[in-house]
Amino acid sequence: MSEEKKREGEKKKEEKLSRFIVSAPPHLRGPEDVSRIMLLVILALLPVTVEAVAMFGIFAVQTILLCIISSVVTEAVIQKIRGLPITIDDYSAVLTGLLLALCLPPKVPFWIPIIGGIVAIGLGKQVFGGLGFNIFNPALVGRAFLLMSWANHLTGDWYKTVRVDAVSGATPLFVAKQLRAGLVNVDLSQFYKPLLLANPYGSMGEVSALLITLGGLFLIVMGIIDWKIPAGYIGTTFLLSWLLGGDPIFYILAGGMLFGAFYMATDYVTTPITGKGRLFFGIGCGLVTVLIRFYSNFPEAVTYSILFMNACTPLIDIYIKPKKFGAVVK
Amino acid sequence: MAKTFPGGVHPPEYKELTRDKTIEDFPSPSKVVIPLSQHIGAPCEPRVEVGESVKKGQKIGDSEAFVSSPVHASISGKVKSIEPHLSFLGTKISSIVIEREEEGDEEEIYLEVPEEPTPDDVKKIVREAGIVGLGGAAFPTQVKLSPPPDKPIDAVIINGCECEPFLNNDFRLMVEKPDSIVDGLKLIMMTLSAKRGFIGIETNKPEAIKIISEKVKGESDIEVIPLETKYPQGSEKHLIKAILGREVPSGGLPFEVGAYVQNVQTTVAISEAVRKGKVLTERVMTVSGPGIKNPLNLRVNIGTLASEIIDYCGGLTEDVGKVVFGGPMTGFAQSTLEIPVVKGTSGLTCLTREMVIPTNHPLYCIRCGKCVQVCPVNLVPNTIASYGYLGMFEDAEEYGALDCIECGSCGYICPSRRPLVQLIKFTKAKILEEKKKKK
Repeated sequence: MSEEKKREGEKKKEEKLSRFIVSAPPHLRGPEDVSRIMLLVILALLPVTVEAVAMFGIFAVQTILLCIISSVVTEAVIQKIRGLPITIDDYSAVLTGLLLALCLPPKVPFWIPIIGGIVAIGLGKQVFGGLGFNIFNPALVGRAFLLMSWANHLTGDWYKTVRVDAVSGATPLFVAKQLRAGLVNVDLSQFYKPLLLANPYGSMGEVSALLITLGGLFLIVMGIIDWKIPAGYIGTTFLLSWLLGGDPIFYILAGGMLFGAFYMATDYVTTPITGKGRLFFGIGCGLVTVLIRFYSNFPEAVTYSILFMNACTPLIDIYIKPKKFGAVVK
Repeated sequence: MAKTFPGGVHPPEYKELTRDKTIEDFPSPSKVVIPLSQHIGAPCEPRVEVGESVKKGQKIGDSEAFVSSPVHASISGKVKSIEPHLSFLGTKISSIVIEREEEGDEEEIYLEVPEEPTPDDVKKIVREAGIVGLGGAAFPTQVKLSPPPDKPIDAVIINGCECEPFLNNDFRLMVEKPDSIVDGLKLIMMTLSAKRGFIGIETNKPEAIKIISEKVKGESDIEVIPLETKYPQGSEKHLIKAILGREVPSGGLPFEVGAYVQNVQTTVAISEAVRKGKVLTERVMTVSGPGIKNPLNLRVNIGTLASEIIDYCGGLTEDVGKVVFGGPMTGFAQSTLEIPVVKGTSGLTCLTREMVIPTNHPLYCIRCGKCVQVCPVNLVPNTIASYGYLGMFEDAEEYGALDCIECGSCGYICPSRRPLVQLIKFTKAKILEEKKKKK
């Protein structure tokens, strides 16, 4: 009896001990976590996604869903093979899939988004070790791969099959390129309104510059993305296009410029960590974009400019460090 | 516009739990455990023997070292033992255990004080009264009052920020003992022959700002400065930056920019020691958090065990998960409640299991840069922590690891819930260890 009591007493003592968790400070944690951040970015992308679906219908739905499913499945399969915890519930793969879909045209063969998702997550992210370790923006890796492999499916005349009122096969940027070459004579300002509100040419993420900007501002206000990257990117593009004799407003609205500036160039993992470094990153993106748009054979440049600056990120982080508090010469 | 510094975070304040609770005298305990090292600097040697009778206020431990502070009996009774006792840091510290012999009014020993104290008198009394920084760091106050002669102090700042969530003891003192605070400030200014005095108070304490402002109305050299409510506004260097616009050099001390910062409760203790001869045997602390049934502000004898204080406050709730000595941003989590309160214990914070659990699943860094944005000393916490994790301590040092003030802002904000502060503390310890080896 007494022994039983003793044991009970010990048990109680143990229970009392294990009531307390001991860990290092701080003992309070902020409201932010990774999945919440990813969900907020997805939320910011919803208006654009909805407009794309409204404009292109079932084709858009198919492409978006296939991209997301392919990305998420690839992530889960690779993590399973590597014996790691499966972290698809952090929504980062969902976001990659959605971003990839939005930089594809609405109607592509069904295997394009599937391969895109596999490459984006597999080659863009998981080979480096997963979330936090990749050097290049996964969605852009997927897009660049598809663009180089099946350019005809990404830039071809897919739109003729979905839009009866499509009269020209040229995206606004292609028109601008022809204008610079002196092949056509058009006023680029006629594109302002469609580019802002409902642009049928190009990728799904280019349907409305207005919705993209609103989503981007939402993320800035919520403290999810740093304003310095889009500001540097857009500002530089505006200034350089203008200096080089282009129509600066057109060059900002057209193509994947705004989509890239707000959603791709602001990817945490692949961009510098300091405020100054981010501004520098944005300026670099703008510089490369304008150079490619004006002096190369490609009409569009956002993908490659961001990937190029992704490669420069470690270098920027080494050279740009914040000034320490009290770091004065004694 | 309230003054502040760049960076920092806004954790929930939870001040309402004890904001309006007047400081209550905790009934004198029947047993106290007084660690011989409660402060930065040399530990004390015991000045009493086991079995000896001591009176409240009697010096029971002291040291000859310059950076040290004596300890005193906080109740009258008999020295039961001098032995290592578990401290809030998780280490065993040689401590004097005193047990009360008989109930009843206790006699308390006061210091003899002159009517017109000189600067030297103040320093001497502050030392004899065992006063150390009561904000948490516990730096011996008389050392701080003796800056090098070639570094004159022109500005004395009283730190009434109390930026840690939950804690309200400085706030209550500002409301209940404003005269002692102003008097203490004047004594410090007199001792250092400083010309200007400031009392910095966060804007979430409008009552304190109002009361203290009224008290210093006629004083042309003392000013109340409202400060933005932001963590870590109460950090010494950031308070100086916010009020004087001066940056204490990296690795340096406030006197290098002619500034002196003292916490509210220490200022009250200085006033009471110099005017009344009161020895530091008690301190005010806030017992708060959703994990305790009846949150209170208490005046507690130094050396009282946390378990007794928690019983007095109605005990812990069923869902308690963590008991912290100090505030939740920088305090120390305890595994047991048989831990004595020391001079630097500003509170007991009892958190629920729910508030604590998410810290158990850190993810990898996603390089969001939030730690960089909030770091009040402009470091790159994620990189320092990663270097530390990989054992690359030299690189961590190059990134400024030793400048970290361990405020916890980065750990609070991190969306991957990485134990950044823990890693950086570990890294700092390793860097200092290697430096010692090289010497």
